[in-house]
Amino acid sequence: MKPFVSLSKAMALGLLRDRASVFFILIFPLMFLALFGALFKDAGVSRATVVQVGAVEVFDDLPAKARAGLDDVLEIEKSGDRAEALEKVRDGDADAAVWEEPGGKVQMRVSAADPVQAGSVGGVLRSVVDQASIAATGQEPAYTLTGGQVEDESLKAIQYFTPGLLGWAVAMGGVFSAALGLVSWRKKRILRRLWLAPVRAGPVISARLGVNMLLAFGQTAIFLLVATIPYYGLKLDGDWWLVIPLVACGSVAFMSMGFAIGAWAKTEDAANGLAQIVVLPMAFLSGSFFPLDEAPPWVRTISEVLPLKHLVQAMQDVLTRGGSWSDALPVMGGLLLTAAVFTALAHRLFRWDAS
Amino acid sequence: MATAISVQDLRKRYGDVHAVDGVSFEVREGEFFGLLGPNGAGKTTTLEMVEGLRRPDEGRAVLLGEPSWPRNPALLRRMGVQLQASAFFEKLTAREQIRTFASLYGIGDERADAMLAEVGLTEKAGTREDKLSGGQAQRLSIACALVHDPELVFLDEPTTGLDPQARRNLWDLLRGINAAGRTVVLTTHYMDEAEVLCDRVAVMDAGRILRIGAPAELAAELEADSLEDVFLQLTGREYRE
Repeated sequence: MKPFVSLSKAMALGLLRDRASVFFILIFPLMFLALFGALFKDAGVSRATVVQVGAVEVFDDLPAKARAGLDDVLEIEKSGDRAEALEKVRDGDADAAVWEEPGGKVQMRVSAADPVQAGSVGGVLRSVVDQASIAATGQEPAYTLTGGQVEDESLKAIQYFTPGLLGWAVAMGGVFSAALGLVSWRKKRILRRLWLAPVRAGPVISARLGVNMLLAFGQTAIFLLVATIPYYGLKLDGDWWLVIPLVACGSVAFMSMGFAIGAWAKTEDAANGLAQIVVLPMAFLSGSFFPLDEAPPWVRTISEVLPLKHLVQAMQDVLTRGGSWSDALPVMGGLLLTAAVFTALAHRLFRWDAS
Repeated sequence: MATAISVQDLRKRYGDVHAVDGVSFEVREGEFFGLLGPNGAGKTTTLEMVEGLRRPDEGRAVLLGEPSWPRNPALLRRMGVQLQASAFFEKLTAREQIRTFASLYGIGDERADAMLAEVGLTEKAGTREDKLSGGQAQRLSIACALVHDPELVFLDEPTTGLDPQARRNLWDLLRGINAAGRTVVLTTHYMDEAEVLCDRVAVMDAGRILRIGAPAELAAELEADSLEDVFLQLTGREYRE
C-alpha cells in the first residue's frame, strides 16, 4: 500500500505543479463551457416581430394576462407609417405587419422569404382575432383548448454542452496525460528506475489511474458547479450522480488509449501529435461541440464506434433526460471493454527504452 | 573474500552488431570495481545486463548468489543502481524524490532525510529536480540509489559533466560508500577517476574485456606511466563515435 500512496502523491504533485497542463486539462474545457453556454443560451427561443400600424382593437383591448402570453411569442412594435412597416417586413427586419381597416378587418402582411416564421405568426394572430370574435358574440366558446407542458425533450444549450464538453475534457485529460506521461517516464528513465525497485507494475499503474480519475472527478465537479449557477441554469435531478461512475470508466478507457499512444510514440512531440489527431476528431464526431442529429448517416455510423460518443450520450441521459442505470450500465461496460482492448495494444507496443 | 558478482560469458547482439561479445568477470565483496572503455565499447549494455535491466542473449550474471535475470525483487532490495540520466519524478523537490524512492523499498521518511544530509543536500531539500546543479543532481541520484542501504551499488558515469570541485566531492562520497563495506561497480571514461577510486578495473572495447587488474598492476604490466596510457595502448587512439 505504501508505494501506491507515495507514487500517487508524487504523480499528483508533479501534475498540479505543471501549470500549463493544469490549464490545458482543467481550465481550457471550462472556458468552452462558459463561452458556449453563454453564446447559445437563448438559441431556439427567438420571438417573432410584428409591426402594428396605428390602432388595432383586438391587440389594444386584450386583457393584461392574455397580452403577457402574447408577448412571450410576439414582439409587437408600433408604427404610424404603413409603408415603412411593409418595408421592414420586406427587408426581413420584421416578420409581419398588421393594421385594422374599418369594419373590424384586421390586415396582415408577411414575407414569403421565411414561410415557417410567417406561418407561425399568422397562426398566432389568427387565434387572437378568432378569440376576440367569439368574445364579441358574448357567447361561451363551443370548444376550448387547455394546454399543459410535457417534459422538455429538446435540450437547452447548457444541457447539451455540459455533458458534451465534459466528455471532451475527460477524454483530453486521459489521453494526453497517459501518453505524455509514459513517454516522459521512458525518456527520463523513471520506467527503468522503477524496474530496478522492488515494486510491482500494479501499484504504479493504479496510482497513475487513480490520480487521473481524481482529476476527472475534479473536472466533473467544476463543470457541474458552473453549469448549475442560475445564469446557465442546469438543473440536477434524478440519478444525475451516475455521471461519476461514467466519468470513472471513461477516464480508464481514455487513459488506456493514451497508454497505447505513449507506448508507440518515441518522443513527446509524436505523442502530442497523435493524441491531438485522436482526441479532436473524436470529440467532433462524438457530438461534444455540436449535435449530430443533422449529420450525414456515415458520420453517425462512425460515431457509433467512438467511446466518447457513448459517454457523452449516457451523461446527457443521466444529467438531463432523467436517465438511470439502464442508460449508464451498458456504456460503462463498453468503456471498460475499450480500456481492455487498448491496454492490450499498449502492452504489445510497450518499450522500456527510447532507443 | 566472498564473490559479490559473477559474470559468465555475457553476450548481447543488436542486429549484426555484437554490443557485448562474451564478457566474464568477478567482483569480490567490498571491492571497488571499474568498467572502463571508450564510447560504444559496450560498458553500459554490460552493466545493464549485470543489473538485470536487459536479458542477455547468452551467459548470465549472478549477484549475491542469485541470477539477476529474470527480475527478482528480493535481489533488487539488496542492490542500488544509479542510472546514467537523472531518473527523477517531474516537478518534485529533492526531499520528495528521495522520500518517494525510499517508500518503494519500504523505507521511512526519516532515513530518507538522513540520506539527503549524508550527500550534503539538506539545504537543497526544497529545490525542484530541474533547478539542481549537475553535481547536486548526481548526488541526489546517488542518494536515491543508496537510500535502502544496499550491499551492492552500480554507478553509471556518475561524474560526467561535473566541474572539478563537484567531481572531487563526489569521489569522497563514493569512497565513503565503499569504505562502509559496500561493493561498488562503476563505469567511467575518466582514467584518473578509476585510478584513484578502483581496486580493480576491466578495460573493454568492441564488446570484449581486454584486461582486468589493479590499475597499478596494469600499468606495470604494460610499462605505462598511468592508467590513461594503459587505456590508450589497449584501445588505440582513433576517434570513437
